[in-house]
Amino acid sequence: MTDTTEKDEVRQISVLEITSQIKEMCIEANHFLSKDMEQAIRKAEEKEESGLAKQILEQLCENMKIAGEEMIPICQDTGMTVIFLEIGQNVHFIDGFLEDAVNEGVRQGYDEGFLRKSVVLHPLERINTNDNTPAIIHYSFVRGNQVRITVAPKGFGSENMSKIFMLKPSDGIEGVKQSVISAVKDAGPNACPPIVVGVGIGGTFERCAFLSKKALLRNLENKTEDPLIKKLETELLDEINQLGIGPGGLGGKTTALAVNIETSPTHIAGLPVAVNICCHVNRHVTRVF
Amino acid sequence: MEKHLKLPLSKIDITDLKAGDMVFLTGEIYTARDAAHKRIFEAIQKNEALPIRIEGTILYYMGPSPARPGRPIGSAGPTTASRMDKYTPVLLEMGLSGMIGKGKRSQEVKLSIMKNEAIYFAAIGGAGALLSKAISNSEVIAYEDLGTEAIRKLWVEDFPVIVVIDTLGNDLYEIGHNVI
Ligand code: SF4
Repeated sequence: MTDTTEKDEVRQISVLEITSQIKEMCIEANHFLSKDMEQAIRKAEEKEESGLAKQILEQLCENMKIAGEEMIPICQDTGMTVIFLEIGQNVHFIDGFLEDAVNEGVRQGYDEGFLRKSVVLHPLERINTNDNTPAIIHYSFVRGNQVRITVAPKGFGSENMSKIFMLKPSDGIEGVKQSVISAVKDAGPNACPPIVVGVGIGGTFERCAFLSKKALLRNLENKTEDPLIKKLETELLDEINQLGIGPGGLGGKTTALAVNIETSPTHIAGLPVAVNICCHVNRHVTRVF
Repeated sequence: MEKHLKLPLSKIDITDLKAGDMVFLTGEIYTARDAAHKRIFEAIQKNEALPIRIEGTILYYMGPSPARPGRPIGSAGPTTASRMDKYTPVLLEMGLSGMIGKGKRSQEVKLSIMKNEAIYFAAIGGAGALLSKAISNSEVIAYEDLGTEAIRKLWVEDFPVIVVIDTLGNDLYEIGHNVI
């Protein structure tokens, strides 16, 4: 978003529009992977040699095809709905409260899209809310007067295998590598490999966790510009794919499709590292309006 | 090896299976995941009647997405099995034949699988649309209030699974890594 005069003008956006966009995005995300994700799975299938690994990747391709053609969700775990809202600071929302409108979009999307309701209201009492709300909403403010929404339903088979490591500065790059590799090893077959590994380095405890989630959204074809991080991503991907976990955890070369790292300034005493693991059903849809 | 088997599985069917076998199952299986396991386990502890017969049964760790009109079921792939580990040995002692899920099992479950001559299959995680095509009928039979976590009776036809832990305790997740 550029800082033009036009974008400085206050723009009114009805929250009803947010509801209807989010509803559609929930349904889209659960039936269609982004082109780059789809490509990555297809490429892996072409490269894999071991019989079973190749067969599983073929079945994942077939699964994507059936999902799109017959409108059956790619995976039955249609996730907890994680939503990123980047709001231009010159936007003025009207017709209701933004958070309610977002949750209404999720409610309608999960109902009308025949998506699974997987959210319990209290983590210990565990009663299903039956409409997949509340969503996890991350707000941020940006320049301009547009709204950028990303809907990323997150499955918990892989979410459960995610980890945070509060490293010491002296642990350095080696420490970061060991942390990521150990998280991937522990995840093994549970996270539905081939996986995408989102890594957040720096910030505070919660900031690096947030970054690791955000890293999963990055288009797999867009490489980072930071040469140090780019090298780390490549090396980690190679090492992970030598672990032999493979598709479905049943052995093979394709354990991860990508390692995406995001960084943030941090404290002189710390080196937080978060590893957010996502299965091959790495869902995210973005719209700007 | 590729095998097509009819359910229920006989003891011989089960002991003949080896980690790594591709199996296509046809017949009745039951779904149960976290919340249903908890209820079954509590009922066993209180000596209450169970909603399904455990002996000879195959449990599928799965909570489907809702069926669209005219379809038997929505997306229907496996969930992570290790969350059921706490409850599994008791069910195996009661004669449970096998389980379909994804991911590693505890040592305790592995030993119980060997002792009771049961079988642990994996279905492909994240292939719920594809797997739903092998399910021709689905009926909620207990714990309806649990929504997706209710116990369902499924009729499956050539449902594709892979043997992960066999009666000798071979574990494909451990063997598989050496494939590369
Ligand atoms: S980890 Fe992903 S692919 Fe596996 S069951 Fe969960 S959402 Fe589906």
